[in-house]
Amino acid sequence: MKYLHLIWAALFRRKARTILTLVSIIAAFLLFGMLDAVRTSFNQAGQSANGAQRLQTGSKLSFIQTLPQSLEAQIAQVPGVKMVTYANWFGGAYQDPHNQVFSFAVEPNYIDLYPEIEVSPAERKAFDDTRTGVLVGEKLAQRFNWKVGDKIPLQSTIFPNREGSKNWTFDIVGIMHSKDKKAGGFYDQLLLLHWKYFDETTPFNRGTVGWYVTRVTDVNQADRVAKAIDAISANSDHETRTQTEQAATANWMKQLADIGLIVGSIMGAVFFTLLLLSGNTMMQAVRERTSELAVLKTIGFSNHSVLAMVLAESVLLLLLGGCIGLGLATLIIPTISAGSGGMLNLGAVSGSSWLLGIVLMVLIGLLVGALPALRAMHLNIVDALAGR
Amino acid sequence: MGTLIETRDLSKVYERGKQKVEVLHHINLDIAEGDFLALMGPSGSGKTTLLNLIGGLDTPTGGSITVAGQRLDQLSGGTLAKWRAAHVGFVFQFYNLMPMLTAQRNVELPLLLTKLSAAQRRKNASIALQLVGLADRATHKPSELSGGQQQRVAIARAIVSDPTLLVCDEPTGDLDRQSAEEVLGLLRLLNREHGKTIMMVTHDPKAAEYANHTLHLDKGTLVEQAMA
Repeated sequence: MKYLHLIWAALFRRKARTILTLVSIIAAFLLFGMLDAVRTSFNQAGQSANGAQRLQTGSKLSFIQTLPQSLEAQIAQVPGVKMVTYANWFGGAYQDPHNQVFSFAVEPNYIDLYPEIEVSPAERKAFDDTRTGVLVGEKLAQRFNWKVGDKIPLQSTIFPNREGSKNWTFDIVGIMHSKDKKAGGFYDQLLLLHWKYFDETTPFNRGTVGWYVTRVTDVNQADRVAKAIDAISANSDHETRTQTEQAATANWMKQLADIGLIVGSIMGAVFFTLLLLSGNTMMQAVRERTSELAVLKTIGFSNHSVLAMVLAESVLLLLLGGCIGLGLATLIIPTISAGSGGMLNLGAVSGSSWLLGIVLMVLIGLLVGALPALRAMHLNIVDALAGR
Repeated sequence: MGTLIETRDLSKVYERGKQKVEVLHHINLDIAEGDFLALMGPSGSGKTTLLNLIGGLDTPTGGSITVAGQRLDQLSGGTLAKWRAAHVGFVFQFYNLMPMLTAQRNVELPLLLTKLSAAQRRKNASIALQLVGLADRATHKPSELSGGQQQRVAIARAIVSDPTLLVCDEPTGDLDRQSAEEVLGLLRLLNREHGKTIMMVTHDPKAAEYANHTLHLDKGTLVEQAMA
């Protein structure tokens, strides 16, 4: 610690260069914090206590393949199944195709399988009684200034109605609230319409559903129940694949994009560039200070002390920029999430992200400082003082 | 006074590519404790090499060198660094201060290698700065000081850990006459009042007059020994 002022002073010997390098490190770790939050959000999707009690059954072939609605009764007969429901992707957009709305056509008991969604009894009854009624998430309603009683037009990106038009009209009968605000971003963005109305109106895929959701009586029996459900359709033209909600969500997202791979590739490229950039800065900084390092050795600083000081300088540079970058990410992410009206539900930069970030900072710092530090350690005092 | 520095058949050969250059030839030298010695000679005569060997910055290729009873030619790099920290203060022609540190912090540098507390380090550095007449410039950075003042800070840094020996390589080579005389006067004070043994390389005969003895080197050999 007694060398800290010396290391700090050496770091800011060339202020402009150090600040520019710091800015690149800040940008890299800001990006790391944000992308890691995206990755974490994707990884955590579907992970909840309630989610553990739910199984999702979809087509074994692809998530876009539908299943017969008649399966519901058979699934309900499987021992260990407490409740079963089904849903179909609607693919709605409001006013502009860019205003995508997570909209599912569901059986009325769908809400019963999701205790984390809160709807007032009056609104729930209104939903059950209104064929064209929809329940909308709190954040979604705020986003489009919707309120109960509004008649809203939605354009399905996939399904036409019986007139052949993709424009559908619904009545908002209730607002859904997430009980768990932290994990409830998705439900706050959701719109639920009646599967029956949907199925009777669209000429597509009549009598079929997108997926089934099953609530099991005992979480420990989930695996057995899943196998029993899949056995119902074995060797048929609609074989199923039943998984826990968490696994199903992860698989579904993986079919969209391998977020871990994308984030890893981007960060790999960013950190490699950072390695070259800060490595160059450190090499220049040490080269400029050759005579000063020689003086330190003249005074009696050992080779290892000089090595440690240069490495510490490099690690300090990375820690300083990295912590500012991650700190900014920590501050910015909630603002972005709030600003998106709930469309983006990024989690805060977690403790594990900070830990990983700090490990990366130290590792990059050591890598970047290794070459100049070794050079400083092997510096010949006489040659360095003579300017050779 | 006893002998502080003793060299026997001291030789130094540098290899420049395939060529071997013998810079010092069999130097035999005895310097008494408390002496102030000037080392003169033309460029390339081996003055700085001899100074570097005596200061423990370089190792000889032949012969022996003993300072304060310690055979320097037998010490490893790490031990030699510790020995330098404890026994030698260095003053260079171009001051070689850390530009980003204040005068006070520059003077404190050798004390970082001791077990002194931060407060004690500050106190000792302040005393050293007082001794060289720069107590009021403690918070100034080298760029805010004149050449003479910078050299006095360098002298304060050299004496702050109370070394036995001061080695000075052209300490006035970059100074005007008045600053040079101030620095030389300071070195004489340190020699006479504080008993420091000083070995100074110089090209300037006037600077050499401040020393008790002058040694002349030519082509790596001691030529004559003059008494001041």
